[in-house]
Amino acid sequence: MRFGVIVFPGSNCDHDAFYAVGTNLGQPVEYIWHDSSTLGSVDAVILPGGFAYGDYLRCGAIAKFSPVMKAVRQFASDGGLVLGVCNGFQILVEAGLLPGALIRNRGLKFICREVRLTVETTNSPFTSAARKGQTLRMPIAHGEGCYFADERTLDELEAEDRIAFRYDGNPNGSLRDIAGILSRERNVMGMMPHPERATEPLMGSSDGLTVFQSMLGAAVRA
Amino acid sequence: MKARVFVSLKSTVLDPQGQTVRAALNGLGYPGISDVRQGKFFDIAIAGGVAREQARKDVETIAHEVLANPVIEEYRVEILD
Repeated sequence: MRFGVIVFPGSNCDHDAFYAVGTNLGQPVEYIWHDSSTLGSVDAVILPGGFAYGDYLRCGAIAKFSPVMKAVRQFASDGGLVLGVCNGFQILVEAGLLPGALIRNRGLKFICREVRLTVETTNSPFTSAARKGQTLRMPIAHGEGCYFADERTLDELEAEDRIAFRYDGNPNGSLRDIAGILSRERNVMGMMPHPERATEPLMGSSDGLTVFQSMLGAAVRA
Repeated sequence: MKARVFVSLKSTVLDPQGQTVRAALNGLGYPGISDVRQGKFFDIAIAGGVAREQARKDVETIAHEVLANPVIEEYRVEILD
C-alpha cells in the first residue's frame, strides 16, 4: 500500500508520519508538495500536523486553497483514504471535507501531553483493527483542538456512527468529547491526537499503529 | 475606496478569550462589565476604478469564503470612502 504525506509550508509532523508508515508500518511512502496538482499513484493520503501557512487567518484557512487540496478533494470523492491529523484535521474541516470546526482550547493553553481515547466505532477503514470501546494512548499537541459543530450536526454524527474517537477525560472542551470523526462515506477521517507519534515502544505507546494497520487492512480487502 | 470586514464568533460559540478579558476587567474594578466577545477586523484597500457595488459584492464573497468561517463566525462588511 502506497502512502502520500502532504507537505504544506509549516507542516512539522510530515517526517513523523513518513517514519510511522514507512518504518513502523513498513509500507512505501512519499512526500507530496502542497503546490502539486496531482497525488500520483498513492492509495492513501495523510495530511500531517503542524502550522500550515503559519495558521494565519485561521488554522487551515489558507491551506484549503492550495493546489494539492483540489487533488485531495477529488481523491476523497473517488473513495480514496484521507487521514488528517491535528493541523490536517483542521484543514479538512476548513475545506469542508469534514463537518464542524476546531476552535481555541477551552482553557486557552496549548496542550502537549498523552491522552486516552476510546474507540467509538470499528466500522471504518481507520479503526477496523481496533475493538469497539478499546482505549488507545497517544499524544495531543494543539492550541485549537476544541471540536465545535451545531447540535444538529453532532446528532447526525452520532446517528450515523461517524464519531471515531472520544477523549477519556476531555482536555480541550471538545463538544461531546469528540477527538476524531469520519466523513459520511467513511473514507475521510480527521483526529486531533497524533497516532504517528505513538507507533513504537520507544515513543511511549504503539497504540497509534492501530490506525495505520486498519488502513492497510482496508487496502488489502479493497 | 476602502472596505472593513468585522469577523466575530457566533454567539453560540464559546469565546474563552473574551471570557478571560471579562474576568480581568471585573478584577480591575469594573464590576459592571457583564460580557466581552473578542473579534477581529480587516482593512481592505480597493484600487481606483472599481465600482462601489462591485467592490461590495467582491468583499462580501471574500468575507464569506475566506475571511470568516461561517461554521463558527459571523461577519459584517462596511464600504468606506
